[in-house]
Amino acid sequence: MSAVLERPVGGPRGRTTVRIGPASAVLRWRQVVVPLAGLVVLVLVSALSIGRGDYPIGIPDVLRTLAGLGEGPQNFIVLQLRAPRVIVGLLVGLALGVAGALFQTFARNPLASPDTLGITVGASVGAVAALVLTGGGSVGALLGGFGVQLAALFGALVTGLLLFLLAWRDGIDGYRLVLVGIALWSVGGALVDWLLTNAQVYDAAAAYVWITGSLNARTWDQAVPLALALAVLVPLSLATGRALGVLQFGDDTARGLGLRLPMAQAAVVLLAVALTAVAVSAAGPITFVALVVPQVAVRLTGGSRPPLLASGLLGAVLVVSADLVTRTLLPEALPVGILTAVIGAPYLLWLLVRGRRRSTL
Amino acid sequence: MTTTADAPVRGDARSRAPGCRARSRRLLFLLALLALVAAAALASIAVGTRSLAPDEVWRALFDDDPTSEAAVIVQQLRVPRTVLGLMVGAALGMAGALMQGHTRNPLGDPGLLGVTAGASLAVVLAIAYLGVTSASTYVWFAFAGALAGTVLVYTIGSAGRGGATPITLALAGAALSALLYAMVRAVVVSDTQTLDSFRFWQVGALAGRGSEIAWQVGPFIALGAVLALANAPALNLLGLGEDVARGLGQRIWLARAVGLAAITLLCGAATAACGPIAFVGLVVPHVVRALTGPDHRWLVPCSALLGAALLLVADVLGRVLARPGELQVGIVLALVGAPFFIALVRRRRTTAL
Repeated sequence: MSAVLERPVGGPRGRTTVRIGPASAVLRWRQVVVPLAGLVVLVLVSALSIGRGDYPIGIPDVLRTLAGLGEGPQNFIVLQLRAPRVIVGLLVGLALGVAGALFQTFARNPLASPDTLGITVGASVGAVAALVLTGGGSVGALLGGFGVQLAALFGALVTGLLLFLLAWRDGIDGYRLVLVGIALWSVGGALVDWLLTNAQVYDAAAAYVWITGSLNARTWDQAVPLALALAVLVPLSLATGRALGVLQFGDDTARGLGLRLPMAQAAVVLLAVALTAVAVSAAGPITFVALVVPQVAVRLTGGSRPPLLASGLLGAVLVVSADLVTRTLLPEALPVGILTAVIGAPYLLWLLVRGRRRSTL
Repeated sequence: MTTTADAPVRGDARSRAPGCRARSRRLLFLLALLALVAAAALASIAVGTRSLAPDEVWRALFDDDPTSEAAVIVQQLRVPRTVLGLMVGAALGMAGALMQGHTRNPLGDPGLLGVTAGASLAVVLAIAYLGVTSASTYVWFAFAGALAGTVLVYTIGSAGRGGATPITLALAGAALSALLYAMVRAVVVSDTQTLDSFRFWQVGALAGRGSEIAWQVGPFIALGAVLALANAPALNLLGLGEDVARGLGQRIWLARAVGLAAITLLCGAATAACGPIAFVGLVVPHVVRALTGPDHRWLVPCSALLGAALLLVADVLGRVLARPGELQVGIVLALVGAPFFIALVRRRRTTAL
């Protein structure tokens, strides 16, 4: 809102009013440019990431292969070995970015994210329980992939549903959602810690890698279900943009403007929960993406709330580039979740130090 | 309008009544809290893995005989543990109240300003690279880490053009914590031995902490408590917004600095003594605020009492539930505290900050 006050009538910079007949809309250039730039960077970084490895492939060749014009060995390396991992990373980043933007806008709190609301921790409880209780060794390794993944999905969905039901009382108040969320978060965190102290130390180490978030050994088995789920969830989330804009003015105003409040609130929260659950079950709770990316996106686009699409794209950029760094620059392979924080946190800090933004979100 | 008819008679009494009632309610609440703390302390001394009858415990308390097993258990294990629990609980409760007041964020928690993350990183580094293994040596590393974490967060949070606003502080804390935890994980993931020691520090426990640790952290907690109580009136003004507070003659930077010093001392010492204990600082102020209202002069001391009681009760429960072993206090707190907290959040309109 401050932008309007700072630049009164007489041609505010950076925005254009578009009129088509009776309909009109304000076009803010930064809100168009940032997602576009994000998309371009995403494609380049993904191609670069697919190209790097023991057998380096140039970006043009990677793009050509992805478009279906590659030959023999390159086809196999790109499509079977390297693309799934990068695509899982990309989709997970997208989902977490959008989910974070949904939660932060809805709760009007920059600290509200799937991490602090307990959903990713719920997934961790499921996964760690699966890893620790089934025991390590060959049985665990065999069950490994799918058992853990399903347990994580289950944990996240149960926690999300609990969050929704416990916060629901004639609609969801953002404040109540946050408080119930941190309660669930602390229960989940305690359960994870307890499971870790009771595990064999090698199981605990494996569990620790999982709860940090890792893209190691991800194949099309993870990428395809994730892509299908996001194909449904992301457009639905983008469709809530209008309702989110109205919700920002507070419940009473939103009701006055004709929004069916309980419906809209339920849609936003459930979508965010579902996005988080599918993302986390595929790659573990890659820390910090959902928290930091919407805040970065809102500072780049200069809107009044975290933009959904830009958050998703920047989230994907963050995860894919973090993965690229772990695979190429570092001496030993660290889980990607460490790098997302190491890259994302200083950037957010820099924005904080530089920024003049003083709003509440 | 029938009520206005008898207004002249009862109007006077009515206009004064809310204030009086609020104060007597608060006093009652304070007394109840004191009783609760006393009861929790007694239970903590009386209950344990080794079951002792109440009169045995009573005699053991004042028994000088070093060969008596009961005397050793009570004097050297249970009493120091109880004292430490009281101190740590009170410290976390007060720190939480201050933190939520300063950031004006319901998510305000000692973990937020980089305290726990800084302590965790220091402990992990000490375990991994200096080969430190005992809880009484962890203390100093944890404390130094907590101090460094808070100073960093505050420096970054106040470096922006607006100065240290609640929102930049909270975000800087979250960002820096994530960064520090990432480093913790980087060490732990690649070093199984460190993980093996660290995972037991990480749960947060009172077990195995002797009187030595209580003496180590005690002075810091005492100093922090004094600063916290002194900071309470200023927090009431800051709650009106910085501009109003400045207009009313409050020196903002002084109030923030005192608050920050108190938070650092309290959380740093508590985390150093017991490891990260998450729930107390987060929940206690919300519960107290629902009962006393938002006045920090009541909120801070009451949070200290409730925090101490809560930590001790959780510790006792952990000893009773998992006999003959015990469940760490951090875990019991979350499992018992969370449902209660959710019920509270759902029942009333939580007082916004």
